[in-house]
Amino acid sequence: MITGQRDNEQRDNGMTNYQVVIGLEVHLQLKTESKIFCGCSAEYNLEPNIQGCPVCAGLPGVLPVLNEKAKRFTLMAALALNCKINPFSSFSRKQYFYPDLPKNYQISQYDLPVAENGSLEVEIGGKIKKIGITRVHLEEDAGKLLHYIGSRALEHSLVDLNRSGLPLLEIVSEPDMYSSEEAFSYLQELKSLIQYIGVSDCNMEEGSLRCDANISIRKDKTHVLGVKTELKNMNSFRAVKKALDYEVKRQKEVLSQRKKIVQETRLWDEKEGITHPMRRKEEAHDYRYFPEPDLLPLLTDKAEIEEIKKTLPELPAQRRKRFQGQYSLSAYDVSVITSEKELSDFYEDVVKEYAKKEKLKPEIHKKIANWIMGDFKARLKDQKISVLELPVSARHLSDLVKLIEDGKINLRQAKEVLKEMMEEKSKETPLPSVIIGQKGVGQISDQGAIKEIIREVIDENKKAAERLRQGEEKVLGYLIGQVMKKTQGKANPSLINKILKEELAS
Amino acid sequence: MELNELTAHQLRDKIKKKEIQAADILESVFRRINQVEKKIAAFISLDKEKAEKAIFSLEEGKNIKGVSYLYAIPMAVKDNICVKDGRTSCASRILSSFTSPYSATIVERLEDSGAIIFGKTNLDEFAMGSSTETSCFGPSRNPWDIEVIPGGSSGGSAAAVAADETIAAIGSDTGGSIRQPAACCGVVGMKPSYGLVSRYGLVAFASSLDQIGPITKDVYDAALLLNVLAGSDGRDSTSIPNLPNRDYTRALLTGVKGMKIGLPKEYFLPGLSSEVEKAVREAVGLLEKSGAEIKEISLPHTEYCLPVYYIIATAEASANLARYDGVRYGYRKEGKMNLTAMYEKTRGEGFGEEVKRRIMLGTYALSAGYYEAYYLKAQKVRALIKNDFDEAFKKVEAIITPTIPTPAFKIGEKTDDPLQMYLSDIFTISVNLAGLPAISIPCGFSQAGLPIGLQIIGPYLGEEKVLKLAYAYEKETDWHQRKPRLS
Repeated sequence: MITGQRDNEQRDNGMTNYQVVIGLEVHLQLKTESKIFCGCSAEYNLEPNIQGCPVCAGLPGVLPVLNEKAKRFTLMAALALNCKINPFSSFSRKQYFYPDLPKNYQISQYDLPVAENGSLEVEIGGKIKKIGITRVHLEEDAGKLLHYIGSRALEHSLVDLNRSGLPLLEIVSEPDMYSSEEAFSYLQELKSLIQYIGVSDCNMEEGSLRCDANISIRKDKTHVLGVKTELKNMNSFRAVKKALDYEVKRQKEVLSQRKKIVQETRLWDEKEGITHPMRRKEEAHDYRYFPEPDLLPLLTDKAEIEEIKKTLPELPAQRRKRFQGQYSLSAYDVSVITSEKELSDFYEDVVKEYAKKEKLKPEIHKKIANWIMGDFKARLKDQKISVLELPVSARHLSDLVKLIEDGKINLRQAKEVLKEMMEEKSKETPLPSVIIGQKGVGQISDQGAIKEIIREVIDENKKAAERLRQGEEKVLGYLIGQVMKKTQGKANPSLINKILKEELAS
Repeated sequence: MELNELTAHQLRDKIKKKEIQAADILESVFRRINQVEKKIAAFISLDKEKAEKAIFSLEEGKNIKGVSYLYAIPMAVKDNICVKDGRTSCASRILSSFTSPYSATIVERLEDSGAIIFGKTNLDEFAMGSSTETSCFGPSRNPWDIEVIPGGSSGGSAAAVAADETIAAIGSDTGGSIRQPAACCGVVGMKPSYGLVSRYGLVAFASSLDQIGPITKDVYDAALLLNVLAGSDGRDSTSIPNLPNRDYTRALLTGVKGMKIGLPKEYFLPGLSSEVEKAVREAVGLLEKSGAEIKEISLPHTEYCLPVYYIIATAEASANLARYDGVRYGYRKEGKMNLTAMYEKTRGEGFGEEVKRRIMLGTYALSAGYYEAYYLKAQKVRALIKNDFDEAFKKVEAIITPTIPTPAFKIGEKTDDPLQMYLSDIFTISVNLAGLPAISIPCGFSQAGLPIGLQIIGPYLGEEKVLKLAYAYEKETDWHQRKPRLS
C-alpha cells in the first residue's frame, strides 16, 4: 500500500467500509422440572430461598447427580442446530469466588462439551446466511444477589439460592455476524428454534435467556480479527442491537484517533445508551478448570442420537418452506405465522377444520392467515398469552371464516363475533353460528331489501350519485358508507357494490 | 472381659442368646469413656442421650431395615461424616459450630442395621494429615503410649477402638487415613474399592480418592461392617450402580491355600524400619505356611506415588474447600468489611496451617500455565501407577506391604516438617490412586511396644480376597487380642 493512500484514508476517517465482526454467547434456562444436579423444583418462585436442598446450597458432603432430562434437552438443541455430538463429553469445575455461587465453583463444561460445529440458518434481507455454532454445552446456574430493594440500597447484600443449580444451556456462535441486524435476526431465529423444540421459554425478561456479545472491527476479511470487547447486561434483543450499534461507533472512534481497543468487558447502560467498562478487578479470572471428579463422563451413542432426531418436531426453517409451498403464502406472512410453533400449529388446525366442511379455495389460506396475523396476534401480544390459552379454538375460527365466505355475515360483524368469543369467560365458548343466532347479527343479503335502501341513499345524495356516474370513484366509499349506516352495518358489502353500480347505470 | 472390650460379632451372639441387653453395651462403653477419654481425647462430641433414645426405638422394633447386622452395637463416626442435627466439625474452626441438616448415606445404613451412633471422633483438620495433630481441638493420643500419635487422619476413630471406648468405628481414607492410624493403634482398618461405599455425606477432601471404611478390633468385624457400608447409592454418581447385597463374612473361612501373594520390591527399600520389615516378613512366612505362594513383584512407578498424590489430592481439595467462605454456614469473620476482606479473614482464621498449605498447593497446581505440567501430568502418571497394579494382579491375587515405614512417632516430632509427615503415607497412597481395596491388620510390636501394621491390597472389587487373607493370618496370631495398658 502506498503511504499517500493510507494517509488519505485516515484523514477521511474512512472506516465506513470496515468490517464489523460479532459473536454471540447465549445462555438458556432449560425447561426441566428439577434442577440440574438435585431434585429441587426448577419452578420460578418469588419467595427467596424456598427451592433449595443441601446439594444446590453447597453444604459440606453433598454430591451432584445429573438430571437426565437436562442431558436430553441439550442433545435436542444441539441436533436442531446441526451440531456434531461428542460421544464422550465431560463436566469441569469453573472456579471463582462469589456469594451467589454456593460451592465457589460452577459445574460447567470446558474442553469436552456435549456438541460442537453446528450452524443456524438466518434470513437476512431476503437472503439466507449460515451462522456457525462453535459449541453447545450444559452447566449449572448460580443464585441471585440483591443489593437493592426497589431503589433503596441495602446495608447487606442478600443471597437468594432458588436459582442456584438450574440447568443452563450455553450456545456459542462463531464470529459470523457482520452487523447488529444480523445479530438481532440470529437471536430471533435461535429463540424460535429453541421454542419449537420446547426445551426453553427463551424469555429475556424472565431471565430464561441471557445474551452476551463479542464485537470487534477490522479493515476487511483479509486482515486478522481486531481486538474484541465483550458486552453484557443487555435485557432484550433490542438492547443487544443498540449496544452493538453503540459499540461499533465507539470502536471506530477509538481507532480513528489512532488509539488501541482495550480487550475488556463492558456493561450496557440502557438508560444512558452507552457501554462502560466493568471495574478491572472483576476481570482477569483464572478459572482453574479441571474435570469434575464427582460426575461420570456423558456418553452419547448413535442410537440415542437417532432416537432424539426422530422426536424433533418440524423446525422453523423447514416449516416456513413448507407453508410457503403448501399454502401459497408470502414469505412475510409465513414468517409471522411461524414465529411461534403454537401459532403455526393453530393455523394448520384451522385449515384442517375448514377442509372438513369444504375443499379450500386458495384465497382461504390467505384469509385465515390474515385473521391470525391481525386480530389474533394483537390479542396474544396484548394479554401476553399463547394461542393455546385463548378461548377461541381452531374450529371457532374456521367456522367464522366459512360464515363470511357463505355471505352470512360481513367482515365487521365477524370481528364483533370474534371479540365476543375472545372474551368468553366460561369454559365453553359458543360457536360463531350460535352467537349470530343470539344477537340476530346476520348479514343482510336480501337483494331486494338492499336495492330499496340503495335507492333511498341515491335519492338523498343526488350530487354524490351524479359524481359517481361521472366516474369519480372516490365517492363510492362515501355512498357505501351511507348504505351501511342505514342498515346498521348489516348489509353485505359486495352486494352493495354490485347493486349500487346497477342502480346508477340505470 | 467387660462388654466394651468385646467385638461386634461377640456382642451379637450374646444379644441373640439374651445374655445381655442393648443398653448394657452402651453403658459399658460410656463407663470406659469416663475412665480414659481424658487421656486419649478420641472424641470431639458425644451424645449419650441420643444413643439411649435410639436404643428405646430399637427395642420397640422400629427403624431396622434389612438385615440387623449391627443390632445395638455402639458406633463412633469420624467427624467429617455428616450426622443429621448433630455437629460435624471436621476438626476445623471454620465448621466448629456447623450442624448438618442431613445424614450421610452410610450413617443411614448404619442406623438401619441397628447400630447406635453415640459420638463423633477426632481427626486431622478436613482429613488432611497423618497424625491427628492438625485438629483444631488438639491431637488424640495413642492408647499404647499417650506421648505417641494415634496416626491420622482417622486417629480418633482408631484410638477409640484400640482403647475400647467404642466397639467399632468409621473412618475415611484418602491416602491411608484409615489404614495408617489402624496400624499405629494395633487395630484393623479397611479401605474399600473406590465406588463400593457411598461418599454422600462425607465432607470431601479429594473426590477421586476419598472412601469411607471400618476400623475394628478384628477382621470379622471389618467384614460385618462392610456388609452394612457397601452398596449402591443414587445420591453419589461415583457409586458403583446395581451392586448386589453381599455378605463379606462368608468369604473369611474359604482358606488361602494356593493363593499367590506378591511382595513389591519397591516397598522394601532403605527407609523401611528394620523392626517393621522383620514383623512383615514373619507375617508373610506365616501365610506361606498356611499354603499361600509368595512372589516378588515390581510396581515400577512407586516413586511417583507421593508427588502424584500431593498434586491430585491438593488440587481437588482446593476446589472442595472453596465453599467454606462464611457466606452460608460455619465461621464468619464479623464486622463491617468488603467481600474480599470477609473471604480472606474468614478463611485465614478458620483454616489451620496444613489445610491452608494444601489449598495453596492445589490452587497453584491448577493455575493458568501450570495445569498441563502438574495436574494433567499427575493424572497421566496415575494411570501408569494403576497399570502397575493391573499388571501385578495378572500374576498374583493379593499384594502385601508394610502399612507404614516406621512405628508411630512422638506427638510433635514431625509437625515442623510437613514433607517428613507426608512420607509416612508412602505405602498407602498408591492404593487410593489406583482405587483398590486394602486392609491394615496388626502383625507385631516394636521394641518400644508400639504396634506394627501389615497391609494387604487386593484387585478392584476384590474385598473377599483381602479379607480372607487377613482372616487367615489373624487366626494364627493373637496381636488383635492384646490390649493397651490404660488405667
